[in-house]
Amino acid sequence: MRASLLLVLLATTPAAASPPGASSCSGCHGAPGGAVPSLAGHSAEDIAASLSAFRSGARPATVMNRIAKGFSDDESRAIAAWIAGGGQ
Amino acid sequence: MTKLGRRAVLAGLAAAALPRPALAQGARGRVVVVGGGFGGATAARVLHRAGHAVTLIEPAETYWACPFSNEVIAGLRPMSAQAFGYDALRASGVTLARTSAEAIDGAARRVRLADGTSLDYDRLILSPGIALRFDALSGYDAAAAEVMPHAWKAGAQTELLARKLAAMPENGTVVLAVPGNPYRCPPGPYERASLIAHYLKTRKPRAKLIVLDAKDTFSKQKLFQQAWAALYPGILDYVPLAAGGQVSSVDVKAMTVATDFETYKADVACIIPPQRAAPIASAAGVADRSGWCPIDPVTFESRLVAGIHVVGDAAIAGAMPKSAFAANAQAKVCAEAVIDLLAGRTPEPPKLINTCYSLVAPGYGISVAGVYHPANGVLADVEGAGGTSPVDAPDAVREKEAVYAEEWYRTITAAVFG
Ligand SMILES: Cc1cc2nc3c(=O)[nH]c(=O)nc-3n(C[C@H](O)[C@H](O)[C@H](O)COP(=O)(O)OP(=O)(O)OC[C@H]3O[C@@H](n4cnc5c(N)ncnc54)[C@H](O)[C@@H]3O)c2cc1C
Repeated sequence: MRASLLLVLLATTPAAASPPGASSCSGCHGAPGGAVPSLAGHSAEDIAASLSAFRSGARPATVMNRIAKGFSDDESRAIAAWIAGGGQ
Repeated sequence: MTKLGRRAVLAGLAAAALPRPALAQGARGRVVVVGGGFGGATAARVLHRAGHAVTLIEPAETYWACPFSNEVIAGLRPMSAQAFGYDALRASGVTLARTSAEAIDGAARRVRLADGTSLDYDRLILSPGIALRFDALSGYDAAAAEVMPHAWKAGAQTELLARKLAAMPENGTVVLAVPGNPYRCPPGPYERASLIAHYLKTRKPRAKLIVLDAKDTFSKQKLFQQAWAALYPGILDYVPLAAGGQVSSVDVKAMTVATDFETYKADVACIIPPQRAAPIASAAGVADRSGWCPIDPVTFESRLVAGIHVVGDAAIAGAMPKSAFAANAQAKVCAEAVIDLLAGRTPEPPKLINTCYSLVAPGYGISVAGVYHPANGVLADVEGAGGTSPVDAPDAVREKEAVYAEEWYRTITAAVFG
């Protein structure tokens, strides 16, 4: 019941507000096949885990480590869920 | 609510009343966007995607992108790589008015267009870019810019500077004048200096470049100066404010560029003058005495005129630089805020990202990034985030950042104009 309500909500409501920071990502991350990895097709868990690894430095990067440090775990999870849900 | 993500949405649904669909609520508002650059074209797209009636006002049929235009000047890239049109935007259903906005009556919420018509709006988003100040340096006006190009708005000026460099004598002197803050693209003049130096080194090794700067510190300074020392010794001479680098006047007949201390004879002079928001900003009453537009950091609504939102280079965006990346990021946040406001919702405080790449030579890229949020009424740096590429990075990282720079350009121009 809750799940179907959510589906209705997502289908009919183009979410006006994306979570803080989320709409900036598509500045660099575009369609698959380029040098910058596309975010399309990744699960929310994967994206959140990547952001966390960039933040801690566990995953090396050129610029994502500097950017990920601007977001808390909660903010990262919200961004990841939005992107995995098709936000751009 | 959307802030919290799906799981929280699910959890919250049982307790909270179901919000009314945004589309039904928001579709009532008429939104006009002025300026079809990185900021305006982005805002129009977001609004249209959300089901809003939106009119984009832009007089030009071709948009000439500034990012990577320094490569054109240095002969590394064709000008055609900078050209974008509005066909895709039009095809997607955005209404385009191919004319310019002449005046905006904020009280009546009406914009008057150069074709004689007017448009009423509920909210207006202004992303008109910059005006070059032809009253700031003695001797430097619009006519002088045909002799000493600024090339700070891409297009004919970019090609003019490229031609002048190509025609310069083998042992010529290039003078590049850089303004004080704030101005469009803080690292841009230093990328230009780097790529002109690269051009001289590879094509006219007996020539010199003198960079006259009206300030002492600048974006990615350590990285630029490290690269200059390694790549362009004896070619690029940098004169900061403290050493008398501030240009006070130019003489296009004598081909001289003068500071308070010295007069430099140039074979080619590129003068990047001080800037302000494009004229429509003052015509609308949204520019303050600085020439730029103060805004609310959550909604980008003007502090001076209600109902007009300003994004991109024209806005005073606190710690955010005037970049295409920032204009695009701001436009998305602003468009979402406008959708919220039209639906009677209060926009949540946003966060925004900026990343600016510069090339100091082909295959040698450096970057600066930042994350921003509203704090004390302005967009401030999120502490602990952002910064520049490491000073001690290996060549492989510089090469990677050059590739990412290209890729960023491809992605953002496809997202905005594709
Ligand atoms: C040499 C150089 C290199 C750069 N490199 C980079 C880079 O690598 N990365 C980066 O992120 N940024 C870069 N920039 C900065 C970037 O170009 C600007 O920040 C960006 O263009 C700002 O977008 P905007 O929408 O504010 O203005 P603009 O892109 O200038 O768009 C403004 C539009 O508004 C229109 N307009 C103006 N007045 C009116 C009116 N009255 N009615 C209707 N339309 C109007 C204009 O025709 C124009 O199309 C560079 C800039 C330069 C000069």
